[in-house]
Amino acid sequence: MSETTHIHEHVTSVPHEAHHEVHHEHHHETFLTKYVFSQDHKTIAKQFLITGMFWAVLGGFFSVVFRLQLGFPDAKFPWLEDLLGEWARGGQLQPEAYYALVTMHGTVLVFFVLTAGLSGTFSNLLIPLQCGARDMASPFLNMLSYWFFFIASIVMLSSLFVQTGPFSGGWTAYPPLSALGQASPGSKVGMDLWLVSMALFVVSALLGGLNYIATVLNMRTKGMSMTRLPLTIWAFFFTAVLGVLSFPVLFSGFILLIFDRHFGTSFYLSDIYINGQALPNEGGSAILYQHLFWFLGHPEVYIILLPAMGMVSEILSVNSRKPIFGYMAMIGSLFAITILAFLVWAHHMFVTGLNPFLGAFFVLLTLLIAVPSAIKVFNWLTTIWRGNIRFTPAMMFAIGFVSLFISGGLTGIFLGNSALDIHLHDTYFVIAHFHIVMGVASMFGMFAGIYHWYPKMYGRYLNNTLGYVHFWITMVGAYLIFWPMHYTGLAGMPRRYYDYSIWESFKRFTDINQFISIVAIIVFLTQILFIFNFFYSIWKGRKVTTQNPWGANTLEWTTPINPGHGNWVGEIPEVHRWAYDYGKDGNEFISQTTPVGENESKDH
Amino acid sequence: MSAETYLIIAAALLVFIVIFQISKASEYVSVLKGEEKSKQQNNRINAFLMLGFMIIGFIGVWYCNHKMYKSTLFFHGSASVEGEKIDEMFMLTTAVTGLVFIITQFLLFFFAWKYQAKEGKKAFYFPHNNKLEVIWTVVPAIFLAVLVVFGLRFWFRITSDAPENALKVEITGKQFGWIMRYPGKDKTFGKRNFKAISDDKGNSLGQLWEDNAELKLKADKANFDDVVTTQTMYVVKGRPVHLIIMSRDVIHDVGLSHFRMKMDAVPGIPTTLWFTPRYTTKEMKEITGNPDFVYEISCDQMCGNGHYSMKGIIEVVTQEEFDVWMAKQKPSYYVANPDKEPKAPAADTTKVPTATAAVIKGK
Ligand code: HEM
Ligand SMILES: [Cu+2]
Ligand SMILES: [Cu+2]
Repeated sequence: MSETTHIHEHVTSVPHEAHHEVHHEHHHETFLTKYVFSQDHKTIAKQFLITGMFWAVLGGFFSVVFRLQLGFPDAKFPWLEDLLGEWARGGQLQPEAYYALVTMHGTVLVFFVLTAGLSGTFSNLLIPLQCGARDMASPFLNMLSYWFFFIASIVMLSSLFVQTGPFSGGWTAYPPLSALGQASPGSKVGMDLWLVSMALFVVSALLGGLNYIATVLNMRTKGMSMTRLPLTIWAFFFTAVLGVLSFPVLFSGFILLIFDRHFGTSFYLSDIYINGQALPNEGGSAILYQHLFWFLGHPEVYIILLPAMGMVSEILSVNSRKPIFGYMAMIGSLFAITILAFLVWAHHMFVTGLNPFLGAFFVLLTLLIAVPSAIKVFNWLTTIWRGNIRFTPAMMFAIGFVSLFISGGLTGIFLGNSALDIHLHDTYFVIAHFHIVMGVASMFGMFAGIYHWYPKMYGRYLNNTLGYVHFWITMVGAYLIFWPMHYTGLAGMPRRYYDYSIWESFKRFTDINQFISIVAIIVFLTQILFIFNFFYSIWKGRKVTTQNPWGANTLEWTTPINPGHGNWVGEIPEVHRWAYDYGKDGNEFISQTTPVGENESKDH
Repeated sequence: MSAETYLIIAAALLVFIVIFQISKASEYVSVLKGEEKSKQQNNRINAFLMLGFMIIGFIGVWYCNHKMYKSTLFFHGSASVEGEKIDEMFMLTTAVTGLVFIITQFLLFFFAWKYQAKEGKKAFYFPHNNKLEVIWTVVPAIFLAVLVVFGLRFWFRITSDAPENALKVEITGKQFGWIMRYPGKDKTFGKRNFKAISDDKGNSLGQLWEDNAELKLKADKANFDDVVTTQTMYVVKGRPVHLIIMSRDVIHDVGLSHFRMKMDAVPGIPTTLWFTPRYTTKEMKEITGNPDFVYEISCDQMCGNGHYSMKGIIEVVTQEEFDVWMAKQKPSYYVANPDKEPKAPAADTTKVPTATAAVIKGK
């Protein structure tokens, strides 16, 4: 039963303007099919977003709790014991809880928030809308993609409640620690649940990714050649390619790990004596897992970043009222990043005993990836140069993104140089690097996307003033939290330490740790403000009254204010030009659906 | 929950409500004033804040450096000869990236402020320019090439084979501590096998002390003079140290931040690193002005719930002090099997220092 046919039936019977209201009376639609098992890409996008937001709040809260430990190692918080029980005996977070929270924070934010919540939301929302399609290539698989993610979430959540606790060996889950229940209580049932959840998540990512690729390649409307696509779509497309090619490798790594855990194989295990007992395993390599993990792990960071880059490109251009500068170079650099992302994974492994000669190639390729990154930055700068900039909250976050991407990308150049990485690896310098360039920057991309496309999602605006407050506190807070970490990292302060008080070299950073923790709490509360704004505005926000509130060129703004399933009433519009004719020939903007005029200059 | 907690929650809620009410009100005001007007006002305010953020941001960067540079390890220089190269590389990279940082952040926020929307102004239609794009592809590529060339030169030097005369020490990680082994007079480490490990029998490394038919293991006599210690490693100032790194259980990491060195300890796969200490621990106490200074070995790879407490110490001493210390050590074989110890200690101890000294000076 194709939903598309419904639309056509409607089109014949309903006058254009009234259509979206009539849509509610869909005969076959029940609450369950409309809001739960929906196959409408827009609803699925919202499902991804709201589930992602749930995880963001939870994952963020985890970080608040473990930051309390780092900032106030001697303090007692009775309310923590009320909340966490045994985990916070006497009001003091226990090491096993600290490590469980750190691990969950990393896993959840990387995979559930910044992969599913970001790419899942906006690929789903924008690919059909901006390509000019009624829905995804396979709405059914798309729905399954969400539900696999949902089940993965449930399994991960349940691991928080098992007696031996959730997995606690870090989001990268290196064996043997992750393979042996004797090595850590978190590596018992918690790790099995972690693996099951992640396997389900991989299935979700693959279903989604294949769908995005198929849709972009096959379902574009008439006239929408690949080089007329907005950069958002290019970014989602490359993101999906990265995911489809690298997630299966992670999956295989997990399968081997499950075998080592339960079926007596020795893929990753060798020469181990633990708890007074020599294990029978011989001949395995713990390093093999790291190769498999980072073969996904590095592309994964770009899976997180590219969607943000795409949306930021679009938002910067729309709000500067200027075309994106160097459209082809932007696509080219996305392409280069995608290729190179597969060739640099071992830069996470410079000090594992990797052959130094091999390491040299990874240094070269890693620093090479900075070139397309630099191109993007300069192109963004040129895009706002001589623009006519409107500071919508989305635009603010887009500019913030560029600033953070510069800051965090530059520290990548330190880490990519193996000689320096010897000193910096697994210190707070790495924490600073990837939180700025990936964590916060991609979050900013996501916020920019939410503020910009909220009118399309809900037919209402988010509160502007709250948006500005949200932006400024988060922007300032992010730098205050992560900038000093470069210095503690340079002092050798290792990451993943529960307590530094026994270390002569690191205990002098108590003050700065405390400062960071306080700022982190404030920033976290500010995000709650945003969440509040989000839900409040769904029902009470200012209503959108024009079809194209930002004066943008792309196709999503040619749909009704509240588009029904199928997006366009009547024919899908034909496309006549690229997405970036802003300020051309004295026109404020020229929609992609406008045919090229007789006397129009030939600039693109 | 304590009263204090309630108070904090109440205060946070209050702030929330106030911010929310103001925001809601500002929306009504904007409707009253006219949307266009309030948009322009928001635009001016935020453009100004962008500029302000940049200026205060740069001052903040300077201030942070001013406050914290002294507590980074660069302030006192590297404690190893090889680490000086790493510091040099660091400074070079900081110079290059620092320049890019200042220029790009400046342009970003300056443009944001300068090109804020004004009534009647038109944006400049500027979709591409091949020359510019080639420039900012080639220039970063050149800078990066320079960094790669320097970086790899240092990298190959640091990862090259250890000098012949280096002091060999084996270091083995376990949950949650370090075990060190010195090869003894024969300068060879005896063979070990993880199946022979027995903490109860005092054989924490699985040294092959005796034949074991069941496990098909043969004793290695080179083990009999190997010295095993825990937690503290003694090394000699000015003499290269060659570490052979192993793990007994999960992956650990020998982190030597003062020496700018680091290497994972992987079960089943021995790794190595080497460096030359420049200052004794005593000298470092003076250099840093910290009487409690010690060279710490931090485990830098997540290895379980005790990871944060997996500390070792490196004592850098002079050759004489090292000889005296070594003379006092008893091979682990005899520690575990006192009955096997030969009964002529008096003659032995006097000989040891000269013997080790000869070994150390490299034949
Ligand atoms: C200029 C480009 C970049 C370079 C040269 C670079 C280089 C590196 C290197 C060498 C490491 C390993 C550090 C270590 O563990 O010792 C690293 C870590 C990391 N990078 Fe980057 N990076 C760059 C950009 C990015 C971007 C754009 C992202 C994400 C969007 C990212 C995310 C990460 C993450 C998540 C880690 C840490 C993973 C972990 O150990 O938990 N990096 N980066
Ligand atoms: Cu990477
Ligand atoms: Cu450890």
